[in-house]
Amino acid sequence: MSSLNRDTFVAIVLLLACGGLYLATLEIREPDYGQLSPATWPRMIIAILTLLSAIYLVQSVRSGPAQEGEKTEWAGFGAFFARWRNVLWVFALFLGYLLILPWVGMLIGGGAFVFLLLTVLGPFSGRDALVHAVIALITVGGMWLLFTYGLGVILPRGELTGI
Amino acid sequence: MVLDNLLLAFAEIGSIQTLLLMIVGVGAGLLAGSVPGFTIAMAVVLTLPFTFSMPPAQGLATMISVLVGGLSGGLMSGILTGIPGTPSSVATTFDGFPLARKGEPGFALGLGVWSSFFGGMISAVLLVLFAPQLARIGLEFQPWDFFMLVIFALTVTASLAGENLIKGLIAGAMGLLVRTVGEDEAVGVGRFDFGSDYLLSGFDFIAVLIGLFAFSQLLSDVQDRSAAQRALTDRGNIRVRIEHIRALKELAKRWTVVVRSALIGMFTGILPGAGGSIANILAYDQAKKASKEPETFGEGNPEGVIAPESSNNAVEGGALTPLMALGIPGDVTAAIMLGALLIHDIVPSPSFISEQPVLAYSIFIAFFAANFIMLGMQSVMLRVFVLVTRIRMYMLAAVILGLASIGVFALNNVADDIWTLLWFGILGFFMRQFGFPLAPMILGVVLGNIAELNLSRALAISSDYSLFFTRPWALFFLIIALFSAVFPLFQKARSEGKKWVRYYAPALLMCISLPLLMMGGMVRPGLSLLCLCLAAFLGYRAFKSEAASA
Repeated sequence: MSSLNRDTFVAIVLLLACGGLYLATLEIREPDYGQLSPATWPRMIIAILTLLSAIYLVQSVRSGPAQEGEKTEWAGFGAFFARWRNVLWVFALFLGYLLILPWVGMLIGGGAFVFLLLTVLGPFSGRDALVHAVIALITVGGMWLLFTYGLGVILPRGELTGI
Repeated sequence: MVLDNLLLAFAEIGSIQTLLLMIVGVGAGLLAGSVPGFTIAMAVVLTLPFTFSMPPAQGLATMISVLVGGLSGGLMSGILTGIPGTPSSVATTFDGFPLARKGEPGFALGLGVWSSFFGGMISAVLLVLFAPQLARIGLEFQPWDFFMLVIFALTVTASLAGENLIKGLIAGAMGLLVRTVGEDEAVGVGRFDFGSDYLLSGFDFIAVLIGLFAFSQLLSDVQDRSAAQRALTDRGNIRVRIEHIRALKELAKRWTVVVRSALIGMFTGILPGAGGSIANILAYDQAKKASKEPETFGEGNPEGVIAPESSNNAVEGGALTPLMALGIPGDVTAAIMLGALLIHDIVPSPSFISEQPVLAYSIFIAFFAANFIMLGMQSVMLRVFVLVTRIRMYMLAAVILGLASIGVFALNNVADDIWTLLWFGILGFFMRQFGFPLAPMILGVVLGNIAELNLSRALAISSDYSLFFTRPWALFFLIIALFSAVFPLFQKARSEGKKWVRYYAPALLMCISLPLLMMGGMVRPGLSLLCLCLAAFLGYRAFKSEAASA
């Protein structure tokens, strides 16, 4: 893989995805009515996407392996997590928030998500934690009140908490 | 009848509640525009969930206010800190910041504020004049023409979105594909659902837009840990009063720059995919070329502030024109406006202005009113801006992500939409990392259904595929789509001094003369003849210059 640049890798993934999606179009039911089969339009797009991905692959292969400056050597999981720490935290916390949402509801789940995200992205001290808690409470609590009482939207309630 | 509709529209926009929402919207837009890393599109897309429970006119007026505020907000940080708040105000910093450092920040701000106002007003007038005319032309469009118009919109967006056309086109195709997931609108058959109810119901496209644009942008903003913990600017206390009278006198002397830049902005906005980020640079460049003292640009020349600010505020009038006249958005923010209309079951089309006159006039009035509100709010928001500059990016990102999840849920009262937000946030982040432009994908998501429905309608009317290439308007859009696809190659070849670029414009003119001739009547064949003559003249000139250089 070291002789490939990342565009080549992306192009290959795209081509594989196109193949998989084409196979999925074979599963689309063909009704006896309608002029345009439900599978035709997706197949047209997949055909175009395949062609474009193939051109992208050729372009990336012709441009050669990654230049020295563009190469990112694998320096172990530690370095990887250090580099992508914040992004991974956002993904993980958002995922956790969605998973606990049915049990704790949006007010507590959302508030906890914002507080934890502020805490992992920002500096950590007792004072900071207090500031983060206040921010989470005011913003999520305020929005919860606005949507629930102002706009009449019933936000998800938690099975465990009831709010 | 027109007067009745106009009065009804005034009543809609003139209500205390709507005006208050517009004031809040302009204020929020000004702040969003002034915060580096927070784009106007992000502000508008995050406003969308709040507007779903409002009447359509009120919701759209609020979003237009955020948009107009956002377009003007970038100048505050650009002039006072040298960091453009949005890509639309990059050129403003070239002369605005030097002018502020010379000790004239109030004058620089005054020039920016009033140029923004006049740019916005000129484009609002042109929007009112042009949109109904364009809609009248749009009534001639048949499904084949609409299908080709969508193809043109995607192609031109891809060609303008970045350096790599292929990546832009791939992004556009991915957007179209995303929209096919779920039940087919024509016959209700499930596609790409893999047995999942979540996939069968399709992705809510507003959740997709917020994920692709806002979520991924926030991830990019906090990617660097130390940068995420820094205050947005570190320029200490900023105390300044906007010099309105002096700025107005200066603008009166340089009114040609204001008008020319507004026209550049308007035209750029009409082009699908080309927005304020292109318009402000183009207008700055033209102002410099036309100036008697171009050497002073970059050192605090007032025209260097007037041109970009006038043009970037004029862009939205241009972008709203094809949206209101044809149902095709001119840029990402107009695409989000289309989303707002669709939430209220209003599908913009050439008959939109005649069938929904009150709503159409409400949009026009809101656009005018938002510019006036922006003018009044700048001084107030300047003080708030100073406070906002002390906020750290990680705080904004965390809070906005939390609020976005609530807003996305409120769209349909469906928790699955928050999952959509996450998946498309991740996808958008990776696309940014790998250099794929997001604008074509967003346009693909927005226009996917329009393209498929028109393809289906066209084939229901006739199974003759040649109509996609032989109907005058379809052919017209096909030709400009092909030429726009070649445009990045043209730009590259021009910078390399290749000879064939001299024949690009004559070839384009010659090709579009054919569909114009086919349209019949008196005016369009006349235009066709004019195009042919111009093509012959430019071709002859190119040939002569090539012979001379040989």
